[in-house]
Amino acid sequence: MANPRKIYLDNNSTTPCDPRVVEAMLPYFYEVPGNAASRNHPFGWAAEEAVSVAREQIADLIGVEEKEIIFTSGATEADNLALKGVFEMYKRKGNHIITVKTEHKAVLDSCAKIEKMGGEVTYLDVDRKGRLNLEELEAAIKDTTILVSVMWANNETGTIQDMKAIGDICEKHGVLFMSDATQAVGKIKTHPKEVGVHLMAFTGHKMYGPKGVGVLFVNRKKPRVKVTAQIDGGGHERGMRSGTLNVPAIVGMGKAAAIAKAEMEQDAARVSKLRDKLEKELSANLEEVYLNGDIDNRMPHVTNLSFKHVEGEGLMMTFNENIAVSSGSACTSASLEPSYVLIALGLGDDLAHSSIRFSLGRFTTEEEVDLAIAALTKGVSHMRDLSPIWEMYKEGIDLDAVEWSEH
Amino acid sequence: MRRIFFDSAASTQIAPEVVKVMTSAMLNLHANPSSIHNEGRRCRAAIEKARKSIATEIGASIGEIFFTSGGTESNNMAIKCAVRDLGVKHIITSCVEHHCVLNAVKAAARDYGVSIDRVSVNQYGEINMEELETLLKSKTEPTLVTIMHANNEVGCINDIVKIGNLCRANNAYFHSDTVQTVGHYPINVDELPVDFISGAGHKFHGPNGIGFLWINSERTINPLIDGGAQERNMRAGTENIYGILGMAKALEMANENYETHKAYILNLKDTLRSELQNRIPGISFNENPDKEHLYTVLNVSFPPHPKSDLLILNMDIHGIAASGGSACSSGAAKGSHVIAALGGDPCRTAVRFSFSHMNTLEEVVYVAKTLEAIYVPRTVNA
Ligand SMILES: Cc1ncc(COP(=O)(O)O)c(C=O)c1O
Ligand SMILES: Cc1ncc(COP(=O)(O)O)c(C=O)c1O
Repeated sequence: MANPRKIYLDNNSTTPCDPRVVEAMLPYFYEVPGNAASRNHPFGWAAEEAVSVAREQIADLIGVEEKEIIFTSGATEADNLALKGVFEMYKRKGNHIITVKTEHKAVLDSCAKIEKMGGEVTYLDVDRKGRLNLEELEAAIKDTTILVSVMWANNETGTIQDMKAIGDICEKHGVLFMSDATQAVGKIKTHPKEVGVHLMAFTGHKMYGPKGVGVLFVNRKKPRVKVTAQIDGGGHERGMRSGTLNVPAIVGMGKAAAIAKAEMEQDAARVSKLRDKLEKELSANLEEVYLNGDIDNRMPHVTNLSFKHVEGEGLMMTFNENIAVSSGSACTSASLEPSYVLIALGLGDDLAHSSIRFSLGRFTTEEEVDLAIAALTKGVSHMRDLSPIWEMYKEGIDLDAVEWSEH
Repeated sequence: MRRIFFDSAASTQIAPEVVKVMTSAMLNLHANPSSIHNEGRRCRAAIEKARKSIATEIGASIGEIFFTSGGTESNNMAIKCAVRDLGVKHIITSCVEHHCVLNAVKAAARDYGVSIDRVSVNQYGEINMEELETLLKSKTEPTLVTIMHANNEVGCINDIVKIGNLCRANNAYFHSDTVQTVGHYPINVDELPVDFISGAGHKFHGPNGIGFLWINSERTINPLIDGGAQERNMRAGTENIYGILGMAKALEMANENYETHKAYILNLKDTLRSELQNRIPGISFNENPDKEHLYTVLNVSFPPHPKSDLLILNMDIHGIAASGGSACSSGAAKGSHVIAALGGDPCRTAVRFSFSHMNTLEEVVYVAKTLEAIYVPRTVNA
């Protein structure tokens, strides 16, 4: 990384490109121009060959066949393609989709568009830990249901859903199961076929690959799933996604997949220790620290903590130039609305506003974690020292009972 | 064996300066541009600087540039969203558009029930202006015209000022697929009567996987791809920052070198034309001798000949990359819809040679000689 003084604990927003990935991509900028669809000359062949190797590497990581990998420009496009594509393709079977309130905007906004197009969408609640209720899911399935869309792991809390149980319910009722696995692929084992997922979206830049490339896995056999293309054109990617293939980025994502396959387990073991340390020491150093998410079912590199009576955005300002973390998800963090994910977990506005997401990564060191612990401890204490609310709290005043008047 | 790349209309070789900008961004600007921390803000600033550069290069304001994954997405977005959000009931297009336009139009007809009219073209691929005018005048409901600026297979150029003025006079929206002209000709949207134009980085020595859609600030459409608030709520998805920076660099370089590259490439093209004419009997060119034509493309029509069938492969054995038809359909061994629309002799073979400033005169001569050897075999020891 360019600036080693900065501590980057925001890997859920995006991961740095692994230098090995950049290196793998370079030849495809310089030596092999060419359009992977130009099948009648070797420049085109070399590009096609490289794409096919990358397809293999990615298929291998998630335990599927190469032909089931559809390249897109990212997870957002893959989510859009899966949801809108299934909605259009299976119109005759039904128009009902079930998803969850804590999904990423790419899923929620696609669903909102589908509602405008005449679809019906059920948004399931989650419990305090961010997990959906399997009975509620099963009860929501009806004759017109065509698709259940549940993210593998949540971007804000790291909560992992019970994918196998959801897959079993979908299978029992003969509905398709789609998963936005953007936060999980390359970090934990995500084999769609083992849990009954038929469509799965993910992106290069959350697994140490490049930006501008993503994948939609589409199950080809038992059942054979099809989606209506959302971007029409030359008929690339088995007609499901047209446009000249982004060869260097695809090569980069392939390399990132191969690295992930080889190193995922040891990365997870190392990083989860650091995460646990961060969590433990902050909770020991500071009062009123709350964990958001599911301690038993969560990503190894993520922790989401609320520091009661400290405003998250303000807290970030105290160390912003040295430590990168996020409050709320990156896509909405420019706004000061409390995170809808945390609200769905049942947090009050105050705890939601005081949350910080730490997402560690392959390049996080123990020294960085120690520095972050020190900076956070100092920042939170400092903010609380200045806060009249904290003072009232310490004096034992029941803040919920106080009536604040407008002035 | 040396390779000669005469297929730049399919995809150009990326400029080393562009790769440098991109790899530097990969290593130094690794955060998410939507994040509010220092790293995120630096990424945001770099993207907005690139947006400003592209806007300046094409005479737009920054609020009119939206980054996409490429030409295909830009064209799909313009066409489908204009139909959906502007109440369009008719589409007027041509039969020689790129597949992404042809198929986006078809999808719009399927999904929104719009009617389609296809303006005919002459033997050079230029659209019939009278027919366009008659069609426009016959429409009483909102109409979208989508007609390409320059054709990617034969290289003819349509007069988009004239087409745009006709559209304005008849209250029609106008989208032009400018993927083959952005970065090859100066484009100033301020002076063009258009509503949407598209560009793709890899057609002007920039990267693959990145493009833009310019939307006239007077037109309001909603996104094609929904999700996060990126691109001012118009195109969701984490920005492809290296692609964006690379494309901006490529466009700056392309426009800066426009005059010199044009003169240089035109000389390559003119030389290939005259060399082929001198060497191969019965050869002709799919271009209008009286009109400006893409200087990057020479579409050659070879006479019926046993060697013509596998000509592309045969050239390839000799180290030459060219296309028959466009790359998108060349895998599918289907004839080209563009060549078919020109209405020429179906037994002739059309080959597109397309050039960049990275090609040389020596390559041109080698290609001409190789083709002569294929078509006019010398008798040994005669
Ligand atoms: C005229 C024209 N329009 C659109 C496109 C599509 O661009 P892209 O492949 O970058 O999506 C191309 C090139 O393939 C083209 O030549
Ligand atoms: C769970 C989840 N889904 C989808 C996305 C969208 O990915 P991208 O921005 O690469 O399109 C993200 C990240 O922003 C995410 O965290």
